[in-house]
Amino acid sequence: MGDIGKEPRIGVFICHCGTNIAQLVDVEAVAEEAKKMPNVVFATAYKYVCSDPGQDIIKKAVKEQGLNRVVVAACSPRMHESTFRNTCQAAGLNPYLFEMANIREHNSWVHLDRKSATEKAVALVAAAVRKAYYLEPLERKEKEVVKSVLIVGGGIAGIQAALEIANSGFKVYLVEKQPSIGGHMIQLDKTFPTLDCSACILTPKMSDVGKHPNITLLTMSEVQSVEGSIGNFKVRIKRRARYVNEKECTACGECAKVCPATAPDEFNLGLSTRKAIYQPFPQAVPSSYLIKMDECYGFDACGKCYQACEKRCINFFAKDSFVDIEVGAIILATGYDLLDPSLLPQYGWGREINVLNSIEFERLLNASGPTGGKIIRLDNRNPVRSVAILHCIGSRDENYCKYCSRVCCMYALKFAHLIRERLGDEVEVYNFYIDLRCFGAGYEEFYKRISDEGVQFIRGKVARILSSKEAPKGLECEEGQLIVEAEDTLLGKVVRLAVDMVVLCPAIVPSDGTAQLAQIFKVQRRADGFFMERHPKLDPVSTLTDGIFICGCCQSPKDIPDTVAQASAAAARVLNYLSLGKVTIEPLISVVDEDVCTGCRVCNLVCPFSAITYDVGKNKSVIDEAVCKGCGICAATCPFGAIKNKQFTDAQIMAQIEGALK
Amino acid sequence: MEVVLPFLEGRDMIKEAGGEVFRLCYQCGTCTGVCPWNRVSTLNIRKAMHEAALGVLDIESAQNWLCVTCNMCVERCPRGVKIIDFWRSLRRIMVDAQMVPVDLRRALSSISTDGNPYIGERKKRAEFSKTLGIRPFEPTMEYYLFLCCAAIYDPLTQCMAQTLVRVLNTAGVSFGAHPDSEVCCSESARKVGSEDMFQTAAAQNIENFKSSGAKKILVISPHCYWTFKNEYPELGGKFEVVHYTELLFELVSSGRLKPKAKKPIKVAYHDPCYLGRHSKIYEEPREVLRAAGYELVTMAEERDAALCCGGGAGRIWMDTKKGERFSDIRVNQAIDAGAEVLAVACPYCYANMADSIITEGKEGRLRSADISQLLIEAL
Repeated sequence: MGDIGKEPRIGVFICHCGTNIAQLVDVEAVAEEAKKMPNVVFATAYKYVCSDPGQDIIKKAVKEQGLNRVVVAACSPRMHESTFRNTCQAAGLNPYLFEMANIREHNSWVHLDRKSATEKAVALVAAAVRKAYYLEPLERKEKEVVKSVLIVGGGIAGIQAALEIANSGFKVYLVEKQPSIGGHMIQLDKTFPTLDCSACILTPKMSDVGKHPNITLLTMSEVQSVEGSIGNFKVRIKRRARYVNEKECTACGECAKVCPATAPDEFNLGLSTRKAIYQPFPQAVPSSYLIKMDECYGFDACGKCYQACEKRCINFFAKDSFVDIEVGAIILATGYDLLDPSLLPQYGWGREINVLNSIEFERLLNASGPTGGKIIRLDNRNPVRSVAILHCIGSRDENYCKYCSRVCCMYALKFAHLIRERLGDEVEVYNFYIDLRCFGAGYEEFYKRISDEGVQFIRGKVARILSSKEAPKGLECEEGQLIVEAEDTLLGKVVRLAVDMVVLCPAIVPSDGTAQLAQIFKVQRRADGFFMERHPKLDPVSTLTDGIFICGCCQSPKDIPDTVAQASAAAARVLNYLSLGKVTIEPLISVVDEDVCTGCRVCNLVCPFSAITYDVGKNKSVIDEAVCKGCGICAATCPFGAIKNKQFTDAQIMAQIEGALK
Repeated sequence: MEVVLPFLEGRDMIKEAGGEVFRLCYQCGTCTGVCPWNRVSTLNIRKAMHEAALGVLDIESAQNWLCVTCNMCVERCPRGVKIIDFWRSLRRIMVDAQMVPVDLRRALSSISTDGNPYIGERKKRAEFSKTLGIRPFEPTMEYYLFLCCAAIYDPLTQCMAQTLVRVLNTAGVSFGAHPDSEVCCSESARKVGSEDMFQTAAAQNIENFKSSGAKKILVISPHCYWTFKNEYPELGGKFEVVHYTELLFELVSSGRLKPKAKKPIKVAYHDPCYLGRHSKIYEEPREVLRAAGYELVTMAEERDAALCCGGGAGRIWMDTKKGERFSDIRVNQAIDAGAEVLAVACPYCYANMADSIITEGKEGRLRSADISQLLIEAL
């Protein structure tokens, strides 16, 4: 397989690519020219070199002509480089003694003149042939993989991924910064389009996670730092003190009964209160209580909970702690938050108590919420007789979030349905929308159902919400009601009406802390702030960092079906190499020549993948083979020429240039 | 039912005049919803955008002259459609076809012949400057004071120039002017489609500023402020532009002026569209009033949600029917907020508010005054 020492015998294969190349480039002529190039002992043109018969031609030529270098002139290497490397390997040749010339995307697809295109093809082939002379065999390495996974985020995405991996027999660390897993989904009442009770479908999965022997659940925890690379990440996690023994607490609730300190309940978005010692919600996993120390009166001043706890599981002197783990892969599933509606003051959120955002309204609908599931005005607790639901608050908006948040049209329809179901036919529900996006399975049918229930659809984005005090003269409205102003674009007239309650559908934004996480994990984010996928169509769950995957709303706004699908996808990608126990490292990387390296560390700064570290003892820079992508920026930057990029050595590049220019 | 055939030449005509911004509109209706015209009359911006896209917009409609360029719709438009450029391009077509509403025609030809929209004599500019004691500008002076045509020619708003000059002299600010070569800033002329007139006027003003050696231009009108700052640079005139309220703020906060109101009077400050929404200056005028000891009351629709007085895009020169005047609403909002004084910082706002106070019968309950006047009263 290694052919160093023997004189290079190059075989050149020009692809017609049907008519893609052959229509413009005289491929036969190029093959004839190739035969004259130095060290070329065989050259031919064929219709589809990537096909089975095409590959057979290569294998046959390697055998019969004793070829030890293969050049294919065809499409972009991004298409078939790996195909042809495998062909070489099958023919008994080292796969890295192969070079590709792109005479399609770089030539036949971008030019119009037959003569010039053919000349250019010859130049591109000559460059490849000249470089092939200097190719050296390289070996793929394998790296052992630690068979455990870190999942950051315990919402439905993290839970689903965790269960997939744990059920395959591998260890999972599920890190969640809240005291319980469940994310936003556990806050929801019913889910579209089936109107399943959210908690009913989620709590079994939460319970599975809590009980699973392969899952270590670390709540009230956040990742502090990450080192290493795919197959071997070293992660430090900070665990905030619960002040209650998580394993011993039976959630009997006696402590909360006697606690004198109250605080706004964040699970209900501040619409109700809780005690300083509390359980986030009844189905919490873990079910243990916790103390918010800055709300607590203190052990000396009070200590009533300590007295009330029969199991003696309250510890006022607990401290934050750190956990260090080693994992082979990481999945980020950190979810979303809603855009702060006070950024759009014209809608009155924060000023008017009966203007709610969608999660606040979910809590109102929920039987375990601040009003016991009753839809009532929050100022006087009177029944609600009319509701306006405002779509697109901050979404599809150049001034806030340019993208569509995808789920709001559907949940707005859901709200419309639930309001009428709970309050009866007399209640007026108005949905103010621009478009109605009901794209998924059963979604359009859901829309039809809601239409038939008597909801008023007004096509027009709401211009502003006024309080009853600001109502224009002549508009009938009661004190405390809200005035909605919008153009009904289908009528071409401005509509102004008074309602008891306004529900906003704010844009979905990456959850708080995403920017910091991107720094810690060294993953990219898109311009819209969400984590960047490797390829939006073909690889939506990978990031540009090998070994780190993303799923759910942290990648882009999506509904529960798509979140679950993506979570399973991310788990599958992880299981790809976890099940093999090893990961293949491509040899096309950069290497530091320690004899030349002066330890100046300039390369450390320029590496976009953070693959280069510094060995203090040796005073040399070290490139992590598993992380290096072979981009060559370090090699170009090194002032001493100490870094070589394999397959882009100076000799190879010079040969390419000479071949192209001759 | 009327059948519509898209008239693509009509669409192209609007495109060529610079109005192709309609392409981005996704017909959400926010613009129509926020436009103050729809509280008193009808202006369906969204519909006009769609009609323009199909080429079936009625170019001769009176509706096309309504927009006062207050920028409320542009601020709220989720697609970032430059709606003001849309109306400007429609009007440009009409100006080129010489089909301009009568009252606008008078004002525009006045700018053309006499350098101001008030049909006043050209030489009055220099005369007025002299009566106020404004010295000829020398390059060693700090500010070039550019008075708005309204402050020179309109008897109602001349007081703004007078009080400002008094304040500047009291504070010992170094300023001068060279009014012989000045003409109207023509910001509003451009907004009503008189592109050529604007270019000519701008060239003349830029030449005047440059040859005078002016570096900092001090203005009374937010309209002059906006065009000098945003439109003159690409025509070759890059200067530092200062609105008088910014300078007054500097003078009171540095202690060069030490005002003290005699008794706390409730003042409502009306944000001018071209100072507030267009230029994002909200705090300086308010700080000047606070420093002068006035009690600021919060009016409905203030700062970036401020309701326009209705004077922009040449409407100050046109006749607006009673019942359709934004300033009527504004005056009542000031009274509802408990104000005794309605403070303004723009000659157009000044004229409109003063007029509305009278026609709404609120004399005695509310008076309007500009910032420099209120500052003088407190010194």
